[in-house]
Amino acid sequence: MYDSNLVLGGKDFTSRLIVGTGKYSSNEVMRQAIEESGAEIVTVAIRRVALPGQGESILDVIDPKRYTLLPNTAGCYTADEAVRTCYLAREAGLGELVKLEVIGDPRTLFPDVMGLLEATRTLAREGFTVMPYTNDDPVMAKRLEEAGAACVMPLGAPIGSGLGIRNPYNIKIILETVSVPVIVDAGVGTASDAAIAMELGCDGVLMNTAIASASDPVAMAKAMKLAVQAGRLASKAGRMGKKLYATASSPLEGVPDWTS
Amino acid sequence: MFVTVNGQSMEVAAGTTVDGLLSLLNIKREYTAVAVNREITPKGDYATLTLGDGDRIEIVRPMGGG
Repeated sequence: MYDSNLVLGGKDFTSRLIVGTGKYSSNEVMRQAIEESGAEIVTVAIRRVALPGQGESILDVIDPKRYTLLPNTAGCYTADEAVRTCYLAREAGLGELVKLEVIGDPRTLFPDVMGLLEATRTLAREGFTVMPYTNDDPVMAKRLEEAGAACVMPLGAPIGSGLGIRNPYNIKIILETVSVPVIVDAGVGTASDAAIAMELGCDGVLMNTAIASASDPVAMAKAMKLAVQAGRLASKAGRMGKKLYATASSPLEGVPDWTS
Repeated sequence: MFVTVNGQSMEVAAGTTVDGLLSLLNIKREYTAVAVNREITPKGDYATLTLGDGDRIEIVRPMGGG
């Protein structure tokens, strides 16, 4: 029922939950959580290898043949740094699907949308499938779509904050404004936040900390999977209208008379 | 000669190639990318690109992240 796929860069994904690989207490917990989440796309950062290079690779835990790896440009503060990071990721063999972040401020990790737009334009021209992390601004979402973004990923709240969807109305307007998929990226704290994003009509949700920093990440991963599915189904089912006063669910006629 | 690898200064023999450096540091080629002086080195050039004194080399790989 309503089980259309999420399409990114011409590739079909049945899961609408994208998960990160940061902040886990152990590789084994991460492996189990990702398994339980049902995610098919998994984000990774691009970082310097430890020297000498004998350390365990994340790819020993996350099988790149099974999961689509989505390199991010976290930590990049200019379009140039972000573009170079994407080239490095491609040269490393991670393909052309990229989660583009150009950060504007270290305290909030809010995006620098001017740098983001520039990097999106450059990377789209170079053949990348660009998934930009942006703010919840419908005008910027439209600009990113025009620049060649494969989807737009507005934040629900600051990265790692767990504050949920702070401006559902803007997310709703973004959904009406662009025709590419809309994926809420950042801010989700618990399952209901993911469900709300999907009920709004979003095409997917990307999260890391909400799962990795839960007391039981494996259980939370499952909760997120179910929430994304439930929210999607509720969105497609079409919710009832909201009313200020009560409307009885039981017939008003035929009530027994107890008056003496 | 000295080169800087991932921010660390190290002495390598003159004529060392990118491939030679990776072997020296015991770094796997798979899912790894290299940039020399900000220019990304295609894997096909590892064996022929000779490092020079003072070169700055970045060697990266996917790590956990969100």
